[in-house]
Amino acid sequence: MNAIVEREKGLIELEQRIAALKTHAAQQPVDMTAEIRALETKYAEIQREVFGTMTPWQRVNMARHPKRPLGSDYIAALDQFDELHGDRHFRDDRAIVGGFAKLRGRRVIAIAQDKGRDTKEKVLRNFGMPSPEGYRKVIRLVQLADHLGLPVVTFVDTSGADPGIGSEERAQAEAIAQSLYELADASVPIVATVIGEGGSGGALALALADRVLMLEHAVYSVASPEGAAAILWGDAGRAEEAATRLKLTSDDLLQFGIVDEVIPEPLGGAHRDPVGVVASVLAAVDNALSALTVVAPEELRDRRYRKFRRIGAPAT
Amino acid sequence: MPMPEWLRLRRAEAVPADQAAQWTKCPKCGSMIYRPDLAANAWVCPNCSHHFRMHAFDRISMLVDSDFVEIGGELLPGDPLGWTDKVPYPQKLQRDREKSKLTEGVVCGFASIGGTPVALGVMDFNFRGGTMGTVVGERITQLFESARERHLPCIVFTASGGARMEEGMLALMQMAKTTLAVRRFHDDGGYYVSVLTDPTTGGVSASFAFQADVILAEARAAIGFAGRRVIEQTIRQKLPENFQTAEFLLEKGAIDMVVERSELKGKLMRLLDYGIGAQRPANGRAALLRAIGAPPESAESRA
Repeated sequence: MNAIVEREKGLIELEQRIAALKTHAAQQPVDMTAEIRALETKYAEIQREVFGTMTPWQRVNMARHPKRPLGSDYIAALDQFDELHGDRHFRDDRAIVGGFAKLRGRRVIAIAQDKGRDTKEKVLRNFGMPSPEGYRKVIRLVQLADHLGLPVVTFVDTSGADPGIGSEERAQAEAIAQSLYELADASVPIVATVIGEGGSGGALALALADRVLMLEHAVYSVASPEGAAAILWGDAGRAEEAATRLKLTSDDLLQFGIVDEVIPEPLGGAHRDPVGVVASVLAAVDNALSALTVVAPEELRDRRYRKFRRIGAPAT
Repeated sequence: MPMPEWLRLRRAEAVPADQAAQWTKCPKCGSMIYRPDLAANAWVCPNCSHHFRMHAFDRISMLVDSDFVEIGGELLPGDPLGWTDKVPYPQKLQRDREKSKLTEGVVCGFASIGGTPVALGVMDFNFRGGTMGTVVGERITQLFESARERHLPCIVFTASGGARMEEGMLALMQMAKTTLAVRRFHDDGGYYVSVLTDPTTGGVSASFAFQADVILAEARAAIGFAGRRVIEQTIRQKLPENFQTAEFLLEKGAIDMVVERSELKGKLMRLLDYGIGAQRPANGRAALLRAIGAPPESAESRA
């Protein structure tokens, strides 16, 4: 069970009680304003207590919340979208959705990782874990963007690249390496937003970007907490401990200079106001694009080089 | 050219004083091998030709003509996350430094191989499993940047468990940083050959290992993205014996060739020769050639 869903239970009960009371008050000639206000104050108090400060592990659970807006929700909120399918070699990986789009009137190539909402869709999208074909689709779309001079907008949300037999047979490492290689030299602006889980190389393959944005309660880490715990201690059960040590929250990453901008979420998380959150992410992406589209391609590539070049470089 | 200090030390260490330490058991065929014999045979089992994992210094001395000029050796890792589990991260680093006689998971520099000057990077699994943290990323980046400046071909031997957990996202970002350096080197006409050795996985395989113009792998090396255990746990079944081996990748079309260690230097010399057109004169090149003991070039030798 998701730890946030668990913590939300009391709040949802309270919410229902308030709603019931309001309905009741509307039908009855008694004044319940005071009772309602008291409950609402209590609700706000609990909400602040539960969500005001969250541990890294709670953030991980927030990033994985079953109601959190997914990649497809961002795609659906674009002015228009024409999906392009497939890697031209093997198949269409549904863990990655991409194609032509318009974002606030601007022509772009939009690419999103999507975990799927219900069981059927989760299976279809392999729980958001892309296969090599997914990354090869990204490569193809970035080449297309470069060819047509369209900016690239990506939405990152994956626990990691698919670790299955088939993915290894079709060279998952090569696919990710080449996706990075393609983004490294694109002459068009690239804006990546981590909207949920940024899991390892499978996430980075869409995030070698000129601007890296991140939702407040998204996480972005060198490996999923479970993966890191398994690698470090041979025990995936110590994921919470790993999450604490990995420094994977948006504040940590802003401090390290790995993320350029953090987009705030409403108290209680993005799923409390999905429409508003999606809109504010798209607005932030649009802002970032406005600043980047005026930069000459050579300068853009040069800045991209320097942006990553300084990470982990010795202090001068 | 005087023998460098590290190589002199390394050779002196080949014969340990302790009698028992002079014998090593082959993990593949179980035969007991006299260590100096193993070293003389390039760390290949004389009985079953199992390729032992090599120390970076042994690898370098096996390949280079004379001297090796290291770059980035002064770069040492910090502790950006303030990481502690059983022991603090700086202590783990200290332990590995003592055990491996290395300062980090990769040794980079210039040398000549079969008369051709090259930029050479050699990763070593003995140092934190060859994981890539900020220093490995920085040294590899500097290697490609220096190779680009000097118009030298670049050879990188990979051996890595992936990104280094203890440096978190700063480690992951080295995949992006090294990629940018490889790409810039390549777009400027640089020629890059990678040699994947046992094991090459995770963030290293998913970045510079698979971005070379020509990709070789040492015979029977384990190569992949996800670790074997991770896959077995995910799919809950045993994997076939040859899964994620160099030979498996060759069959699937992911790499150019599989090479036995005994034939490696010869193969690299031939491959370097094909790339001679990518080498152009550059400032400071003559001085560098002198430093690594390579013969001075005439105009024809580059034609």
